[in-house]
Amino acid sequence: MQTTAAGRSISLKRGLKTMKLQQLSLFLENRPGRLDAPLEAIAAEGINILTLSLADSAQFGILRLIVREWDKAKEVLEKAGWVVSLTEVVAVDVPDRPGGLAEALKILEGADLNIEYMYAFSLRRGDKAILIFRFEDPDRAVQVLLDKGLHVVDGEELISLVP
Amino acid sequence: MLTELWNDAEGGFHPASAPDFLPERALKEVQLRRLRAVVARAYQNVELFRDRMEERGLTPDAIQSLEDIQQLPFTVKADLRDTYPFGLFASPMSDVVRLHASSGTTGKPIVVAYTREDVDVWGEVMARTLASCGLHRGDILQNAFGYGLFTGGLGAHYGGEALGATVIPISGGNTDRQIMLIRDFNVSALCCTPSYFTHMVERARELGVDLRELPLRVGIFGAEPWTDGMRHHIESEAGIKAYDIYGLSEIIGPGVASECDAQDGLHIFEDHFYPEIIDPETGEALPDGEEGELVLTTLSKKAMPMIRYRTRDITALITEPCACGRTIRRMRRIGRRSDDMFIIRGVNVFPSQVEAALLQVEGTLPHYQIILTRDQGLDRMAVEVEVTPEVFSDKIKGLEEVRARIAQAIEHILGIRVELRLVEPHSIPRSEGKAKRVIDRRND
Repeated sequence: MQTTAAGRSISLKRGLKTMKLQQLSLFLENRPGRLDAPLEAIAAEGINILTLSLADSAQFGILRLIVREWDKAKEVLEKAGWVVSLTEVVAVDVPDRPGGLAEALKILEGADLNIEYMYAFSLRRGDKAILIFRFEDPDRAVQVLLDKGLHVVDGEELISLVP
Repeated sequence: MLTELWNDAEGGFHPASAPDFLPERALKEVQLRRLRAVVARAYQNVELFRDRMEERGLTPDAIQSLEDIQQLPFTVKADLRDTYPFGLFASPMSDVVRLHASSGTTGKPIVVAYTREDVDVWGEVMARTLASCGLHRGDILQNAFGYGLFTGGLGAHYGGEALGATVIPISGGNTDRQIMLIRDFNVSALCCTPSYFTHMVERARELGVDLRELPLRVGIFGAEPWTDGMRHHIESEAGIKAYDIYGLSEIIGPGVASECDAQDGLHIFEDHFYPEIIDPETGEALPDGEEGELVLTTLSKKAMPMIRYRTRDITALITEPCACGRTIRRMRRIGRRSDDMFIIRGVNVFPSQVEAALLQVEGTLPHYQIILTRDQGLDRMAVEVEVTPEVFSDKIKGLEEVRARIAQAIEHILGIRVELRLVEPHSIPRSEGKAKRVIDRRND
């Protein structure tokens, strides 16, 4: 696990709080076409989606979004009648090669960090893949990740990756 | 003089609530006198009633005491349909000043008629209703019951004016305008169906209007059964006191019974509407306190007297004195309307039972719907519940837990399995009048 000394020191200066990302989750029924309306609603406001993930059961789904202007997006979606919740998640980059993720997970497991769910970020960072983790305790998770030398990608860095 | 207050033959409106406090003996005297008069009137003018009396070998003289009412034949909803449109009128059309009609769920509507005196009595009992919900001169009443053939709008309108309140006749619908007027006109009281009000509360929140910060302090809700859980929801979300009122077009419209400040049962305006509770199976009268079907006799109606009308509403009479001091009897809130009951796999189910189950899971009221289907001869019941911020989770596991908790609560109360579906906000149609809780597609 390597991380640039410069990247880490900048992150530490900004403090633990800025290391976490705000994820928007919204409830959808699991029916064809249900995804269109919320995506159109935030597109109409010119809000770009950095990444998204869709979790579903047979009957319903949860759309999870990472966007730059999360507060504005939340307001737009709620005004349009959606139920939206805000969750703190953590973005971590791992080497994009076989076994890269397994190594990172082993570290998390060793620190007894409970992962509720995770998904991959749509963009890469050089030879790294970025993963989004929903931890039971995000604050402790960030601390552990930094202690163990993993690179936590904060919001500004994430945005800088968007072409 | 009390005699002047309860003598409706004098006409006009009285300072609202005095008849609610009649001593029992005086009340019974009024009831008996009016009962004898209305039975005689129906016997002379309504063929169907006279025929039924004659079949039993009865004449109006049979009524010597209030208990003698038990000898009289019942009137049922089908009688109104069978005699459509004017067959039960006891007044010539020249004396009828108003007609209302309520669409039955099937077939012909039910037509009801009022003489000038009937309209005045209606205004009086609705004024007593509003007074008992704490309204007085100076209150600004937004009347969001539908105006038109439905009795709700005009009933509340005349009652509000009789009381001396300022009435805003906005009728149902156009929710954004409703909210604008509540705010701009300093509305202090509002009446409509409880389901329409929950929609207003929701819409107000979306518009950024906090009803709790406005002068609105009283809600008067009726025309459909609603639970205490719904009441708590409404009261806390809107910062008001929410009162249940009761009435039905066949009897007069709204104004048959109303809660008071105690919110512990509805006082029946029994100097005009004589209540009985019967066993719905046998038709036998039940003693006060026992649960059964409410039967009402209009004691003062002229144009269309109803003798022992079977309401199909299940309740019980409360005889204990009320904390508010009114002497007229109370009935328990109507939780169950026989008309709303459906049978699924041999089990009798009322929508209010589903509502009671939802109440056990925080944040699931008020938007739900019951859908009945038939699949290869087997009845299926699905309950759709809109997801609210209170129950939403970003985890599938969290939502599945909510779904299981709701399903278990319903199955525990009904004893049958239901399919529980979480649905998106606003996906269940909002009603501006009576909510449609049950969609029965079993015979589609």
